[in-house]
Amino acid sequence: MRPVIPYVTAALLFGLGTYGVLRRRNAVLVLMAVELMLNAVNLILITADATVRAVLPHSGQVFALFVIVLAAAEIGVGLAIVLQLYRMRASVAVDTIPLGDRNAEAVPATTSAAAQAAGSEPEGRR
Amino acid sequence: MTGVDVLLLALGAVAVGSAVLVVSTRHLVRAGLYLVVCLGAVAGMYLVLAAELVAWVQVLIYVGAVVVLLLFAVMLTRAPIGASDDLDRPGWPAALIGGGVGLGLAALLVDAYRWTTVSLPEAGNAERIGEQVFSSWVLPFEVLSVLLLSALVGAVVLSRPDIGATADRGRSR
Repeated sequence: MRPVIPYVTAALLFGLGTYGVLRRRNAVLVLMAVELMLNAVNLILITADATVRAVLPHSGQVFALFVIVLAAAEIGVGLAIVLQLYRMRASVAVDTIPLGDRNAEAVPATTSAAAQAAGSEPEGRR
Repeated sequence: MTGVDVLLLALGAVAVGSAVLVVSTRHLVRAGLYLVVCLGAVAGMYLVLAAELVAWVQVLIYVGAVVVLLLFAVMLTRAPIGASDDLDRPGWPAALIGGGVGLGLAALLVDAYRWTTVSLPEAGNAERIGEQVFSSWVLPFEVLSVLLLSALVGAVVLSRPDIGATADRGRSR
């Protein structure tokens, strides 16, 4: 077995995942690219387990199992965030989210907090 | 080139090719289906690399659960069925950084391993992996169960608007 083949495959998968995260606008597609990156890391771990002789046997495969569990947790919370975003803004394009929204709300909160809350609440409930 | 190498090359080519389609296709649903092909090819590579249990867990959790969740998200965000033109941002910086990361890591690993051969270890089946998990890795295993519980609670809190609204009202008062 030549370990360079799976290693290079994993490196290319990671690069493609990075490209996808930076290129895509749709949040669901960004999550898919993140999955590609996590898979590349898992492939590196499995190949290292077959290549390097460690003190504890099979520790790379145990690490890969842990990373799979982390990915499952990440995708659950990530999809909850994406669905909440869609409910609030009716769009999941990641480059249209105003990042300064929290500050913009915090400044007029001192002057007209009650009116702001009353105005924004039915939108949130929808 | 032994049979193992040929298998790894073929599965790696399938994985990289379908990953290219995942990050470049214009159909949202097809991106999810290409992701299934890519994850399945990676699971095949795990099988060849003597990681039986991880390969089946990959098929169960990734192909079975994660992709189904992603397709549910595609449907719940009312994605268009046909091709859509507004999925991408301008690609030059992304291509530069992604290509740099991928080719740089590939050059590093090729330089480290050249064309050496390694004999495959004994297969990591459920018995051996289970022995390791429940003897040397018990503490991380239990910490992961706590993490899964907190992720579950977090997802529930995020997706229930009534809980978030009451928290917001409490903060503004």
